[in-house]
Amino acid sequence: MGKLIDENGIRLDGRRWDELRPIKIEIGVIKNADGSAYIEFGKNKIIAAVYGPREAHPKHLALPDKAIVRCRYHMAPFSTEERKSPQPSRREIEISLVLRRAMESVIFLEEYPRSIIDVFVEVLQSDGGSRCASITAVSAALADSGISMKDLIVGCAVGKIDGQIVLDLNDLEDKEGEGDMPVAYMPNLDKIVLLQFDGIFSEEEFKKAIDLAILGNKKVYEILKKALIEKYFGTVDEK
Amino acid sequence: MWHGSDIVMVLVRTKVLPGELLHDSYQGQPPPYTYKLGSKLFSLKVGLVEIEGKEVKLIPLAGPYIPRVNDFVIGKIIDFDAFSWDVDINSIYTAHLPAQDVFGRDFSPQTHSLTSQFKVGDILAAKIVSYDRTKDPILTVRDHGLGKIINGEPIKLSPSKIPRLIGKKGSMAKIIESKTKTKLIIGQNGVIIVQGPSEGIVLASKAIRLIEEKAHLPSLTNMINDLLTKESG
Repeated sequence: MGKLIDENGIRLDGRRWDELRPIKIEIGVIKNADGSAYIEFGKNKIIAAVYGPREAHPKHLALPDKAIVRCRYHMAPFSTEERKSPQPSRREIEISLVLRRAMESVIFLEEYPRSIIDVFVEVLQSDGGSRCASITAVSAALADSGISMKDLIVGCAVGKIDGQIVLDLNDLEDKEGEGDMPVAYMPNLDKIVLLQFDGIFSEEEFKKAIDLAILGNKKVYEILKKALIEKYFGTVDEK
Repeated sequence: MWHGSDIVMVLVRTKVLPGELLHDSYQGQPPPYTYKLGSKLFSLKVGLVEIEGKEVKLIPLAGPYIPRVNDFVIGKIIDFDAFSWDVDINSIYTAHLPAQDVFGRDFSPQTHSLTSQFKVGDILAAKIVSYDRTKDPILTVRDHGLGKIINGEPIKLSPSKIPRLIGKKGSMAKIIESKTKTKLIIGQNGVIIVQGPSEGIVLASKAIRLIEEKAHLPSLTNMINDLLTKESG
């Protein structure tokens, strides 16, 4: 394997260490859903849809004092280079779980007792960092549905390639690099709601990685904000 | 966003997103659609906020319908059992219409047939008599203007935008009704029944779609007026 960063500090896709891939967010793409969003995060193409809060079926799932969240993260069979079996894999089940936990920390569940909020995430094309892109799309969809939430969530990964901490790994950097750390973040409350880590970092590297992740997340937040304002208020003027 | 507690500012309807700081040191209970962390007040929804000194008012632009007692709603019968009908009121919870409300105190499942009054699929106007977090809403049809709706076209609008459709003292609804020669039955739950000639219904639904898109703009009444005069003229 060749070098992932050249002598000028440029990565394989032409980015510097602290640059994000291009991001595009569209809100309200699915008419039948109560809230929906589509995100392009580098080569990731992901649709998120929120249904509810609605009556829980089967009824025994419902809790008397708050809503429950059900999340399905799924990769389309055509989303990867080799065909992926449509059956939920171990990885997809795990991501569904971590997305759900991140959402539960941000939604005001007590406002909707005895109900269920269904969240579906469909990956149409996958690249590195799809769980971070997914969580950004989900929070956009939740805001679109008008469910009470404490803050928006944005996600962005950091990693280590060629011994250097870099922002937002793509698929190749994720596979060939030395570490990958997805971080989801509430920008207004300054809280981390998801943090996973694969690889080996020293303590300094870890601290640097967290700071970089938060910096990247704030950039994603600006894009998400812009998309929401555009959908709800037409233009992004006067601010 | 608004910072600094020592300056008294009058802001006219600022755009807010969930999690945005509305007030640095807010006293008392948080107003609807906001929450407090310490003394800071944050938004819970996408919407418009009016801040006048200590008063904070948030108008959401999306959100599910949460039933409230005395709300006028339009629902659809989805099921029934021996004692009540289940009514879909476009909310999180299914509402119930007790048979006693329709047949009176001496209702008995042996002598009265529920389907003689309402069948599955019927649309009805009703009022919410009771609701709280622990119980599903209960409806009544025993009041003026309530009961089965026989004709008209149902149109849905986001429940948080219903106040814009009605307008100040019903002005917006009146404009639409007079310009399109239709009658609007507006449920607080986001369901509207438009009655009248079919051209009028088409026009009224266009106006309602415009309200859905432009509910955040202050010049909405003029836009509706322009649309209706242009299309009907």
